[in-house]
Amino acid sequence: MTGMVNRVAPIAVVVAAIMIIWYGFTVHLNAPWQIDRYEKAGTEWQMRDLVRDTMAQERPVLPAPHQIVAEIWKTTVKKKITSKRSLIYHGSVTLSSTLLGFAMGTILGIGLAVSIVENRAMDKSLMPWIITSQTIPILAIAPMIIVVLNAVGLSGLVPKAMISTYLSFFPVVVGMVKGLRSPDPMLMDLMRTYRSSRLQTFWKLRLPASVPFLFASMKVAIAISLVGAIVGELPTGAVAGLGARLLAGSYYGQTIQIWSALISAACMAAILVGVVGVISHLTLRRMGLRA
Amino acid sequence: MSQDSNSIPAIRADRLCLTFDSNDGPVHALKDVDLTIEKGDFVSFIGPSGCGKTTLLRVIADLEHPTGGAISVNGKTPEEARLAGAYGYVFQAPALLAWRTIERNIGLPLEIMGISRAEQAERVKRTLELVGLDGFGRKFPWQLSGGMQQRASIARALAFDAELLLMDEPFGALDEIVRDHLNEQLLQLWKKTGKTICFVTHSIPEAVYLSTRIVVMSPRPGRVTDIIESDLPAERPLDIRESKRFLEIAQRVRNGLREGHSYD
Repeated sequence: MTGMVNRVAPIAVVVAAIMIIWYGFTVHLNAPWQIDRYEKAGTEWQMRDLVRDTMAQERPVLPAPHQIVAEIWKTTVKKKITSKRSLIYHGSVTLSSTLLGFAMGTILGIGLAVSIVENRAMDKSLMPWIITSQTIPILAIAPMIIVVLNAVGLSGLVPKAMISTYLSFFPVVVGMVKGLRSPDPMLMDLMRTYRSSRLQTFWKLRLPASVPFLFASMKVAIAISLVGAIVGELPTGAVAGLGARLLAGSYYGQTIQIWSALISAACMAAILVGVVGVISHLTLRRMGLRA
Repeated sequence: MSQDSNSIPAIRADRLCLTFDSNDGPVHALKDVDLTIEKGDFVSFIGPSGCGKTTLLRVIADLEHPTGGAISVNGKTPEEARLAGAYGYVFQAPALLAWRTIERNIGLPLEIMGISRAEQAERVKRTLELVGLDGFGRKFPWQLSGGMQQRASIARALAFDAELLLMDEPFGALDEIVRDHLNEQLLQLWKKTGKTICFVTHSIPEAVYLSTRIVVMSPRPGRVTDIIESDLPAERPLDIRESKRFLEIAQRVRNGLREGHSYD
């Protein structure tokens, strides 16, 4: 019981602090427009009115947390999933390209890592390019990927997933290379005394040793896959997905919609990372790697 | 034939040299090492760090390549011997794979060497009994104490019935009580199996207690300064270490170490 309190209390304190600051800024940032309105209408106003009204604007500069919660509630629970206004519908569109991109990124990352570790030439030639690929801002390269893939007849889910792949393969390569190289020199010598072939050493030593590294990388990869999917929805003029909601919201000044899409994306990222974490925990425990 | 193969020494080194190149010039890890180890011997290599005792063991195991002289293992080159599975190697650390149970760790060399599953199981069971770990086969390494882990690694080295056991300070990281216990067990194991054992250590009592022969080495360049035949009886209870003969041999080892090494 006290353990529970000890764990929850610090988080609760931080959340409370954020809420107080947030509400403060809501009033502060939305006040000029509200005061302007009062003056134009010639209404008498008091501080109480200002606080109440700044938290109930339709297009606030900064929406209040409860407005965002209400919007999320309205667009998830109260809307049919098939509706174009349902956040669940938009979320699932983004989720599908996130998962596809993550799967492709992980496979690509593992493949590259294996070839880097097993082949010296690949190590020398590939690694600089892999690092360079991540120095290019994704916002700059995303539209080009979409356009190029469109030209070769690929549209819809795949181009968006490719952007997720572009981002997510990187941590997997880096983590997996480290993992495949993690066995102690002593263990490599041990395999040599057993006249183990390269392939046997790979399957029996390198690969199992890399599993904890792979999972750590996959946690990062799935979070940035989501970022990639959202970024991929921005330049396409996509009509569906959390990215499209963000874009549409900013076109029409629907700040509440932007924030609710943002918060939904953050929650989705947290859940995805959590799911990978649970799979990681179960796998490692099955492998006897953790108590 | 059998008589013939028995007369071949387990290890023969002839003016063996190994020089590493380093930034400060060449390092003579081994220089003109002459050594013959007969089958069934228990030989300890003792000396301060840098004397090349581990390097010598690694040359025998084909993990390092000599730069001069000749060495044979069972009358073959170290590489041929390694490919023939002639030796089991025990490292300073247990070097068990964390994701394999003790059973599957011991089965690892058998798997790699392509031994049938049924025979693997039979051999794993036998070697587990040999090192006194029966009942622990299903445990993961982290569930065992350091001493038990090292016993498991010895079992793994024994599993494929190599005639030669190369041990590189296997008990160096263990506390003295566990170490005494494992020394006793190792001696019994050696008597039971009749294997040839090369044992690297920097403990004088350990070397004298275990060995039929003690090779004293000294550093810069790494060389053999003395080879001491031990005439202690085959039956060695732990308290033999207080006997007069034991202390005499230990004194001779100590003198050998002192001669070859300046303590500045």
